[in-house]
Amino acid sequence: MAATATRRSLGLAPTALLLLGAVYCLFPVSWVVIAATKSPGELFTTPTLAPGTGFFGNVAELFAYRDGVFWLWLLNTLLYAGGGALLSTAVSAVSGYALAKFRFPGRTVIFNALIGGVLVPAVVLAIPQYLLFSKIGLADTYWAVLLPQILHPYGIYLARVYAGAAIPDSLLEAGRIDGASEWRLMSRVAVPLMAPGLVTIFLFQFVAIWNNFLLPFIMLGDDGKFPLTVGLYTLLMAGSNQPSLYNLILTGALLSIIPLIALFLTMQRYWRTDLSSGAVK
Amino acid sequence: MRATRLGAALAAALATTLTLAGCGGGGEPAGAPEAAESQAPQGPVKLTYWTWAPNMDKIVDIWNKANPDIQVTVSKQAGGDDAAAKFLTAAKAGNPPDLVQAEYQHLPSFVAADAVADLKAETGAVKGEFGDGVWGLVTLGTEGVYAVPQDSGPMMLFYRQDLFDKYGIEVPKTWDEYAEAARAVRERDSGVHLGTFSSKDPGAFAGLAQQAGARWWSISGDAWKVDVADAATVKVADYWGGLVKEGAIDDMPYFTPEWNKALNDGKLLTWPSAVWAPGTLESNAPKAKGKWAIAPLPQWTAGENATGFWGGSSVAVAAKSPHRAAAARFVTWLNTDPEALDALVKQAAIYPAATKAQSALGEAPAYFGNQPDFWQQAAQYAAGARGFTFGPNVGVTYNAFRDGFDKALQDGSPFADAVRGMHEATVADMRKSGFSLAS
Repeated sequence: MAATATRRSLGLAPTALLLLGAVYCLFPVSWVVIAATKSPGELFTTPTLAPGTGFFGNVAELFAYRDGVFWLWLLNTLLYAGGGALLSTAVSAVSGYALAKFRFPGRTVIFNALIGGVLVPAVVLAIPQYLLFSKIGLADTYWAVLLPQILHPYGIYLARVYAGAAIPDSLLEAGRIDGASEWRLMSRVAVPLMAPGLVTIFLFQFVAIWNNFLLPFIMLGDDGKFPLTVGLYTLLMAGSNQPSLYNLILTGALLSIIPLIALFLTMQRYWRTDLSSGAVK
Repeated sequence: MRATRLGAALAAALATTLTLAGCGGGGEPAGAPEAAESQAPQGPVKLTYWTWAPNMDKIVDIWNKANPDIQVTVSKQAGGDDAAAKFLTAAKAGNPPDLVQAEYQHLPSFVAADAVADLKAETGAVKGEFGDGVWGLVTLGTEGVYAVPQDSGPMMLFYRQDLFDKYGIEVPKTWDEYAEAARAVRERDSGVHLGTFSSKDPGAFAGLAQQAGARWWSISGDAWKVDVADAATVKVADYWGGLVKEGAIDDMPYFTPEWNKALNDGKLLTWPSAVWAPGTLESNAPKAKGKWAIAPLPQWTAGENATGFWGGSSVAVAAKSPHRAAAARFVTWLNTDPEALDALVKQAAIYPAATKAQSALGEAPAYFGNQPDFWQQAAQYAAGARGFTFGPNVGVTYNAFRDGFDKALQDGSPFADAVRGMHEATVADMRKSGFSLAS
């Protein structure tokens, strides 16, 4: 009796704090949802939290804008985020596994350099990367946005830590004794054990690339290669003497987070890991 | 504004990186194709064009159909200060687009960076199509011609006709009358303001200063002369500072949701703006359709007809473009050919810089259905528009405007101090960048 009471009173404060955090995070999202339902006439005239009547009109207008360029931007974003995150996860998995499970000269130097890389914000690198890509003639190509995001120090760091903890050395040794090649060991033994960590890296990168603005903004000149972030920005900054298309931007922003939410919901189950997946005994 | 900060950050980061890397730009990509073009053109010349004007792709289609040998591809960009920073970055890296939309205030920075070509030879024939005021904005008062004007933004007073009648206010002819009217409005209805001073829109302030006769920059010989805090500018600043201080007008910035709401609800009765304002009003204040009218900007001296420019842009050809002649042909067509101008007006909703096209504007904008002679009126006011040469670092000046006037509004310090801050920031930055300044 007494124990439950204390537990309850202890749990109240954290719960309230978490609820507050949830409201803090979800309120802007709900604002976007509500604002996206307002027609241009309603946007600045009706109360902030009162839903409007123009959602389908906005969606239709957005899809019709410049002959459906929104879809092109969406496809581009999917390519950048999906392709970039997949490649980045693969690179992180291999490098993290190698750094965690092999002893070779220079291992510490490489790892320390990677930690240093984690500390450098990607934003700082965008312009030097642009100048480099210009030199090799890759600026304004899909590769200009994909390549810089493939090597992700933080992802490699995560993969190394996860591989170190999740893959027992004895399992690898057993595999070697049984005559498995290194490739087979990695693909059949190490990667399945690292799966939850790799999913985390994939999601991290996917979200980061999905939301990335500065790199594609600088790299890309051709509006047919823009991702959603840069594309919607052209609607916002339509020029000083043109009205900003607020209703399209809001609707576009709302639609652009739906794939992210869907991805999180579907990938969640890969985080579940159980005793059998890594058991040595 | 976030956008401007981004622009500034981009420019700063670019400057640092370029110095660090000692990057000489890409001479190589520009050189080779030039030779190819002058020999035997293989297939059509392909030009890329960065612009943010709406429907420009459709207008360019007209050209592409008529000129199979010069094909232009439009790439629609985000406008504003970031666009200028992005073009400068691309130009320095050696892969700029062939053609770029350049706002008048950013053109000098392009010229200073050697990013745009001098089109004097190619544009000699079309000089007469433009008024002197607008042409001066693309020559910067020099012998060169660095762009062809596309649209311009002569300023005028937009006011709520119905509410002026309701409150019994005359349309102010001078700024003194405007101040009187502002006080009168406050007396009649304390929830309403005659106007507002925006600390976020240096372009509007520059236009008002131009009307008063300000000349922030000028070129004398090889040196720049900078006088941002000249007597005319200080006069304008003190005028608005006084009105804000006594509460006669509001101090909310333009283009914010709050401002949109005030326009919609009839809480703001005037907007000293430019000829492109109907587009903004139509989308931001749809409820007030047919209730706004235009009048000349109030004058400093009764009986004058002076005004300034807010906004407007030109089209420049990148210095590194391998197809300068073709690009120049397209640019002059786009901004002087009657068919192109007609399309620009109808599809891109711009106010053309070419004089002939201005008088050919027919039907008033739908939002101004109550004023059928909208364009004729506008042309009359535009005749008295005077601009000034913009300097090579307008971005710095404009940021100093935002910082200075934000602060002035916050702690109630005199607006004239903010203007002096703008001047100092501008001069300091030009010194740092190595421009020679005439004292």
